[in-house]
Parts: sequence; structure tokens; C-alpha cells
Amino acid sequence: MNDQPVLSARGIYKSYQKDSIEVPVLRGVDLDIVAGRVTAMVGRSGSGKSTLMHLLATLDYPDQGEVYFRGQRIDNASRAARDAYRNRDIGIIFQFYHLLPELSAVENVLAPLMIGRSTWEYFRHRKEARRRAEAMLDRVGLLHRASHKPSELSGGEMQRTAIARSLMTNPAVLLADEPTGNLDAETGAEILKLLRGLNTDDGLTIVMITHDDSIAAGADTVLRMKDGRIQDGRVALVA
Amino acid sequence: MYRWLLCLRYLRTRYIALASIISVMLGVATLIVVNSVMAGFAAEMHDRLHGLASDILIECHASGGMPDPDAHLAVIRDVLGDRMEGASVSVHVPGMLGIEFNGQLITRHVNLVGIDPETYDKVSQFGRFLLHPENQPGVSFDLRDGGYAPERSGFPESGWVYRRQRAAYDKLLEQERARIDAAVRQARASLTPAADAAPTIDEASVGPSMAMDFSSSAFVSPDSPGPKQFDPAVDQYPGIVLGIATCSTRMRDSDHEIRDHYYCRPGDDVRMMFPNASDNTKVVNQKFTVVDLYESGMSEYDSTFAFVRLDQLQEFRGMIDPQSGTRSVTTVQIKLVPGADLNVARDDLRRRFPPDQYAFNIQTWRDMQGPLLAAVRLETTILNILLFLIIAVAGFGILATFFMIVVEKTRDIGTLKALGASGAGVMSIFLSYGLLLGIVGSGVGMVGGLLFVRHINSIAAVIEKITGQEVFDPTVYYFNSIPTIVEPATVAWVIVGSIAIATTASVLPALRAARMNPVRALRFE
Repeated sequence: MNDQPVLSARGIYKSYQKDSIEVPVLRGVDLDIVAGRVTAMVGRSGSGKSTLMHLLATLDYPDQGEVYFRGQRIDNASRAARDAYRNRDIGIIFQFYHLLPELSAVENVLAPLMIGRSTWEYFRHRKEARRRAEAMLDRVGLLHRASHKPSELSGGEMQRTAIARSLMTNPAVLLADEPTGNLDAETGAEILKLLRGLNTDDGLTIVMITHDDSIAAGADTVLRMKDGRIQDGRVALVA
Repeated sequence: MYRWLLCLRYLRTRYIALASIISVMLGVATLIVVNSVMAGFAAEMHDRLHGLASDILIECHASGGMPDPDAHLAVIRDVLGDRMEGASVSVHVPGMLGIEFNGQLITRHVNLVGIDPETYDKVSQFGRFLLHPENQPGVSFDLRDGGYAPERSGFPESGWVYRRQRAAYDKLLEQERARIDAAVRQARASLTPAADAAPTIDEASVGPSMAMDFSSSAFVSPDSPGPKQFDPAVDQYPGIVLGIATCSTRMRDSDHEIRDHYYCRPGDDVRMMFPNASDNTKVVNQKFTVVDLYESGMSEYDSTFAFVRLDQLQEFRGMIDPQSGTRSVTTVQIKLVPGADLNVARDDLRRRFPPDQYAFNIQTWRDMQGPLLAAVRLETTILNILLFLIIAVAGFGILATFFMIVVEKTRDIGTLKALGASGAGVMSIFLSYGLLLGIVGSGVGMVGGLLFVRHINSIAAVIEKITGQEVFDPTVYYFNSIPTIVEPATVAWVIVGSIAIATTASVLPALRAARMNPVRALRFE
């Protein structure tokens, strides 16, 4: 197994301005995400785990430090490169699903392709894209709800749709921000099972943020965040 | 791709935005309607004004006019060359028209025009405005038997048939009066011994209106007793064509129907008083027989013009040199070939006939109607500016609505960015949305406006029925229906302008969306 990390962060510092007071959130985070594993980031609210994930997804800029994807530095890459990275190389799912309410489930799943391709290109491959979107929905067990709008779906169904959407471009890493945070225990367990299945069946690398230790326990690696730093993962795993 | 899908979906689901484009729609529709009506109005007016006036008019101020028009025409032809298509000479003279109606004399000041029927119709429209269909291709100054204004209901019986009836009636009336007079005289003679004094007293005591009563018989009696007795049943005076508004009024009756009321009609005799051409001016008093009426639709013309034959008017005014027999005219009307530059031709003529040497006033028809045409143009411009301001107001409505939509869609914008959409891509969603709203708004507005223009007269009729208020009063305007011309270029400009306004209004909200921080947008609740 190739031990080179697919995603890594070096010396990340990030702080927010709040009422002209600088609030440090991350204070020197070093991180390696190993391909093919499920990594859980655990920490209390405010420990900076979401901020770290946003930096990994290049949705925000670190004040200091670097983020590497497959050895390439991406935190200071061009806008277009970062957009392409978000579009193709990673998938993101959120606690509140963030589906586009105007689009049906299958259209939501298609959205990354629509964004990534030009109109002409998309039209040329639309049949194939649609097949793939349906296959993704099938993978998460929602093919029968393909034409439903998000408002007609349950929370679990919405999160499944979001997962299908994040898989659409065949990403190297799936970033999941509290994927079960808004779901009841049973539905949350189903989602976790689905994610785990994606990892074991397809070898998908997953980075999952959670505040729930029991959820983190199911991960291959657990990184514990506290006061803007990562405590030793191995220690946490042993503990 | 997603931008089109999304803005199409937004269009279908955000009704508030649709409300904001209603103002665009209304603005576009109003602009199209106003421009079409104004264009129609202007074109119709151009047509009328140009039709009535020849291209270039040379007026001679001198009362005696310019002698020897043929020589003048030769010079003019020399100046204009092959730009000239035709010319007609005429005599314009102010006059007073006297119409006898119900024993009263109605007087009107008119512009008496002596025309050459052959050439006059070639330089300006004349025949087509006459009421008798046979006079339209070429006017005859002889009274016709009947058949005036066949398409007009309510036009009184005219022509020889009417004239004969009237003559017979007048004759009967006169006989009856004579009989009563005789009877009265007889009765008086038998009653009072001083019978011979009675008629003088009678004459002195009657007022002017009573005298009018009796004057009717005097009026019809021949003016210049010749060897042959003038019989109104078979003879006519020189023919005259009256502008329809000189001898009629148009009004509304109690049922709000438009009625024309005629004081005289073809077949009646009228009196014209006008100055003769001598330096020691005297008034010529001449009777004419109305042979037709002239209705151009321009009240200015219809209410002031009376046409007679040129040679007759020259004769009455003494415009014929007794020695040489040359005739004088006051006006030369010139028609140019199509496409010739009126102003250049006018300036050429002005150079040839400089005003300090000749008492000539040389004008194009545009010069004569300049103020009117300029007023219509100015009105159109101002209306366009005002209505575009309406669309600009609609633009601010779109701006405000879009800001709201951008705020409402904050999370979706964050999502799109997280999925890899660029700032430009997000911006283009809202720009396309604005563009689409503009297209839909102005498209619907265009269709509505064009439909409105198409059915404007029936819409006016409906509004009239509902409100009881006349929308387009034919007693005021030149036309019976609202004239419209849809100019595709104008419509295109209106559409392009309003789409541009709608798109411009969406630039600011779109920029805001593009600059939105994705992390904050995703956290937005």
C-alpha cells in the first residue's frame, strides 16, 4: 500500500476577526490523510475541525501553512485550479445536506458535472452523465426518488443524495462535515454504513468530522482536535 | 450549463421576480404603443400635409399677382432642370363666403383658390378629397345630377335633383307669398280708407330679421339680369367647391352619435366677396353654385378653402390684361421628382428670385408645416424619454428583488462554490437570470403592445363604452380611427434597451453573489 498521503496540511494557522479581536482557531495543524482509509476528526464545537475541513477543501485561505493534494500545493493555487480541485478531486457532504432546492435529486447529483463541463460538452455527454447519476443514486439506494425535489425527501434521503452527488466526479477524497449530525441515530447509522461500504468496496478515502466519539470509533484513524491543534492520533486510537 | 438550468428554475419558482418584470413588460408595451401611435399620427399628418401642399410653393404677395406665369414657369423649369415633375399655377385670394340658411346669411372668411383642374391635381392631392366619385379623378365645376358621397349615410340629397326641387319649392313659396300679399293688400284696402299709406309704415316697422325672411326670394333671383332670365331649375352660377367645414358643423347629438349638419350642399347657391386685382381695390361680389364639397380631414384646410376655376377667378378679379390678354396668377405650385432634395431646390429658386427684388415667398411644404411637425417630433422624443425612465424604475425594482434573491440563495451559492463553481459562474447565473427576465418581460410586453396596437380602435371603443368618455374624438382629430405604424427598428430598440436595463440592474446583485465568501455562505442560516 502506498503510504504517500493523498491530502496533507503543514503548519496551518487560521484566526477569525470577531469585533476587532483576533480569535485563533487553528494554531499549527499538521495532518496527513492516508489514501483508502476512513479518518475521523473529533473535537468539541469550536475546536476548529470545520475550519480545518474548509481549508482542506480550499473554501478558505489559511493565514499560515500549506495544504497539499497528492504532493501539489493547492492552498495558494489559482482560483481556476482550486475550483477544478473542488469540482473533480474531492467530494464534500455537509451536515445540512446543501442540496439545491430548485433541482430534483438526479439533477442535484448531476450538478458537479454541469459545473465542471461547458454547456456544449455537457450536452454532448448528457446521456452518459445521466446514466452515471442514476447509477450513483442506485448506489445510495435512492433511484426510485430520482425525480423528487429535496423538499419531498427525508433527511436521510437528502444526505444519500448529497453522497451520490459528491461521488459523481469520482473524487479521490470525500470530506464529510458531521454527516449524521442532523439525523436520528438509526438513519445516521445507515449513512455511516453506506460511507463505510464506499470505503471498503470502492476504496474511497473519507475524512469525516464528528463530535460523537462513538461514530469516530468506527474509523480507521481518529484525529482528536483540541484548542486548534491535533493531539496525537495514535494515542487517541489506543485510548 | 447549470446557470441556465438554475435561472430557468428560478424564473419558474420565484414569482416575486416575475412581479418585478411586470413593470418592464408594461414599460415595453407602453413604449411600443406610444411609438406606433405617434409614428402613425406623424405619418398620417405628413401624408395629409404633403398631399395638400405641393412640394414647393411660390407665393406672390402682390394683390395683382405675377403676370405671365408661363414665362415664370419657363425660368423655374430652367432653374430646377429635370428635378421638376410638374407645376400648377393658381390664384389665392382672401374672401368672404355668404351662405343663406333658413333665411339667415351665414358668413365665413375663406381662402378662395382659383385652380387649373388639369394640373392642380398633379402637384397636390385634390380630387380624392371631393365627395362625388366622378369628381375624384378630375373635377368638373358643373353641378352633377346626384350621387354625392355614396358611402356616407346621412348626407343630404344633393345635385341637380335637389336643386330642381328647391327651385320648384322656392317658386311655390314665392307664388304663395304673392297670393297672401295680394290678399292682405286687398283686405287692408277694403278696411282702411288710407290704404295707400299702409305699405310704407309696414316697411319701416319691420326689423332686419323680418327683412331677411323676404330676402331669400331676392337672393335666388338672378344677379345680373341678362337678356335670358336665370332659372335656378336649369341654370347654375360658376361652380365652386367648398371646404366641408366652411358649410357644415360636426357635433354630437343627444345619443352621442356624430352628426354632420350642412348649411349648404351641392346644388345650393352661395355668395363670395373678394377683392379685385386693381390697385384701387374694390370688392367683387359674385354668386357661385356649390358643385361639390372638399374634405381632406385637415380642419385647417377644410374650414378655410373654397375652390373655383382659375380662368373664371382671373376674369372676376380683372387679372387679364385687356391689351395683351396675358393672365396673372398669385401662386405657383411645383412638384419635384421623387427623391429630389426639397431644400436644395428651394434655395436654388430663392437665389433665382431673391426676396429683395421679387415679392415672392418660396417655401417647401415642410417650411409651411414646420412648427406642427416639430411639435409632434418633440412630443415623441419626450414621451420616449419618460417611458424609458419607467423601465429604468423597473430596473431598480429588479435590482432590489435580485438583492433579496441573492440573500435568500446565499446557502445555494455557497453550495455551488463548494461544488467547484467559479465566481464568474455564480455571477453569470444572476446575470443570465436578469437577461432572461428582461427577455421574458420585454417579449411579453412586445406581444402585448403589438396586440394593443393592432386592436387599438376596438380597445378605444370598449373604453369609451365603459367610461362614457371619448378616447379619440373624431370631431377634434383629423382622423376617424387611430392611425398606427409599427416600425420594426423602433420595436427592436425598445426591446434591446429594456433587456439592457434589466441586465444592468442585475449586475450589482450578481457581483455580490460572486464575491460571497463560500464558508460564510455555507454557514448562513
